[in-house]
Amino acid sequence: MFIVTHRKLFFAITGALIALSLGVLVIFGLRLGTDFTGGTLAQINYQNGRPDGEALSLALDQAGFEGYSLRGAGTNDYILRAGSLTDEMRGNLATTASINGAFPATIAELTEVGPTIGLELRNKAFVAVGLVMFFILIFIAFAFRKVSKPVSSWIYGLIALVTLIHDVIIPVGFYSVLGHYFGAQVDTLFVTAILTVLGFSIHDTIVVFDRVRENLRVNQERGRREDFAETAGRSLGQTFVRSINTSLTVLITLLALFFLGPDSTKDFALTLLVGIIAGTYSSIFLATPLLVTTERWFAKRR
Amino acid sequence: MLKRRVIALIVLAIGAGIGWFVYNSQITASRPFKLGLDLSGGTQLIYRAKLDAIQGNTVADSMASLRDTIERRVNLFGVSEPIVQTEHGGTLAGTSEERLIVELPGVTDTQKAIELIGQTPVLEFRMLKAEATPPATGAPVPNVNEIFEPAAITGQHLTSAQIQFNQSPGGIPNEPVVALNFNSEGGKIFGDLTKANVGRYFGIFLDGVPISIPVIREAIPDGTAIISGNFTAVGARELARNLSYGALPVPIELIGAETVSGTLGGEAVDRGISAGLWGVGLVALFMIIWYRLPGVISVVALLLYVVAVLALFKLIPVTLTAAGIAAFILSIGMAVDANILIFERTKEELGNGKGAAEAIHDGFARAWPSIRDSNISSMITAVILFWFGTSLIKGFALVLGLGVLVSMLTAISVSRTFLMALGIDAKGGFSRWLFSSGIFKT
Repeated sequence: MFIVTHRKLFFAITGALIALSLGVLVIFGLRLGTDFTGGTLAQINYQNGRPDGEALSLALDQAGFEGYSLRGAGTNDYILRAGSLTDEMRGNLATTASINGAFPATIAELTEVGPTIGLELRNKAFVAVGLVMFFILIFIAFAFRKVSKPVSSWIYGLIALVTLIHDVIIPVGFYSVLGHYFGAQVDTLFVTAILTVLGFSIHDTIVVFDRVRENLRVNQERGRREDFAETAGRSLGQTFVRSINTSLTVLITLLALFFLGPDSTKDFALTLLVGIIAGTYSSIFLATPLLVTTERWFAKRR
Repeated sequence: MLKRRVIALIVLAIGAGIGWFVYNSQITASRPFKLGLDLSGGTQLIYRAKLDAIQGNTVADSMASLRDTIERRVNLFGVSEPIVQTEHGGTLAGTSEERLIVELPGVTDTQKAIELIGQTPVLEFRMLKAEATPPATGAPVPNVNEIFEPAAITGQHLTSAQIQFNQSPGGIPNEPVVALNFNSEGGKIFGDLTKANVGRYFGIFLDGVPISIPVIREAIPDGTAIISGNFTAVGARELARNLSYGALPVPIELIGAETVSGTLGGEAVDRGISAGLWGVGLVALFMIIWYRLPGVISVVALLLYVVAVLALFKLIPVTLTAAGIAAFILSIGMAVDANILIFERTKEELGNGKGAAEAIHDGFARAWPSIRDSNISSMITAVILFWFGTSLIKGFALVLGLGVLVSMLTAISVSRTFLMALGIDAKGGFSRWLFSSGIFKT
């Protein structure tokens, strides 16, 4: 199988993609959303056209807003991000935004998050990602416990973990670019997207590994001697179409969600799209080749 | 063979029945989908309970009473189907706090919602520490926790309050006062407390301000207490009425709020539906073009999956959020995964020269371990997401988990029934073509 024989090429490509993602992450950083930092997020909708940003800023300054940011959304909306609100600021928000009635405005959405909740969610996000990875490692080691030759079942789990780390880094890097150029912010939905990608990507990797497991067993039963790289390559070839097709059907639904779905889940659908492409790539081009490399490494040491 | 076909027809009939239930219950609104606040429009408020005047073992009681009182208050203002719940949180932020979450569907003015809750009086009782001097009443006490200690009785023991005019010799004659009536448990606690603390000061706090700090002169066994705090008749009447609707045993502080307008929510629902329909349509098209006859069957299984999950949403019921709808649309793409695995495997078995029935049988059997293992990993993710979640994410996790379970059932058992019921032997060229896949290959 081409992918297994040319695995060094794909390791290089993967390495480059990861380096690129980490690079943009270091340069651009991530913008944390209101759910994580605490503060206020308001979407102001103007029925009859919106005022220009300067006029609105002036009105907000007069109402006592400080250190806020304004961003246009759609053609008639503004997204306002600010610190915590006083009762007076909150109660008069629609009036303030309408600039004394000149531009009739409604508050389409208002979210206020206290600092404890923000901190708690932020910590929970890390714990959740860690937990998912840990349990998947345990589960794979358990599911593959019967195949300990020529590669120990823990190795399957560890390699699955490496591909998972890849699948997290790529969409995070992508989101960092999205944040830099389009103001996308990391919120609970983003974390949800990442966790979903983890579940899906491992799904894919398991199917390939499962085929390796089955082929190894059949070889053993029939007393056939086959190089591990051969077996792995053959397994990959047998599951290749399935991996692509499953991802395609998921990508189809995600494209529908991205283009037609609600605004609130657009960034979410985009993150999932990138993550699932990365996940499919890693299951095919990273997981099995790594398995073969690890087996070689152990064979040399013996 | 006849038996298989009868079973297949029964499955179809059940599917159609479920589909009718979903459609009919939505049209007649007998059992509509339950929409979360982000879709129906409304406000969610999150409060932190300040428990420093409460003794440790009564925390759970106080929270329950807090919930009941707010619920009563919200119902009083005619908000339909409010949800008031308590939550223990903050552990991962290095603190521990008790929270109260209030969901008010249809209320889209955040400030009004906050004021509605804010009108609920907070009634607290504290004992003045033995060596401390009583502070002035009517103004907040800055070092309240230094000079007061928690009392065994709390605002949750209050059943009613009424205005009275002072007849006792100590006070101003005919001064308006408010009489508090405790429930039987509260009466007993208050009786014991007054008996054990004769001579000490007993602080009555309303909305954090001491309004009366009387000296306990004797045990009061009848379960009533009098607040005298320089009230006017109007002020005392208003306080008595507010207290009778229920007083909060502890003060609460707003730490989070979220409001979504009805229009924005309605738009999200419409768009979610159109994305869902397009998703199903395009996936169906892809499956039929690529997998031909088995593809058609997987589409039947997919449609059964869709109606079954929608029916479960109504029956459980699952509160749908924008994220939940996204999970459902995503699950449509994932639901055919098991079918793809099975069909690819069946094709291989056909390629090994087996007949259709045997190939289908082996295809299912061989594909099963990977279907099982890969779905378990998705379930792990769903469970952890559910734990991670705010209500928004919980909806996503629940839908995802439900989707994984139901799709496993429909993709495997339903497609198997139908494939077998067709009874195609796949010996002729055309029937082999039907079972092959790809766009140009035969």
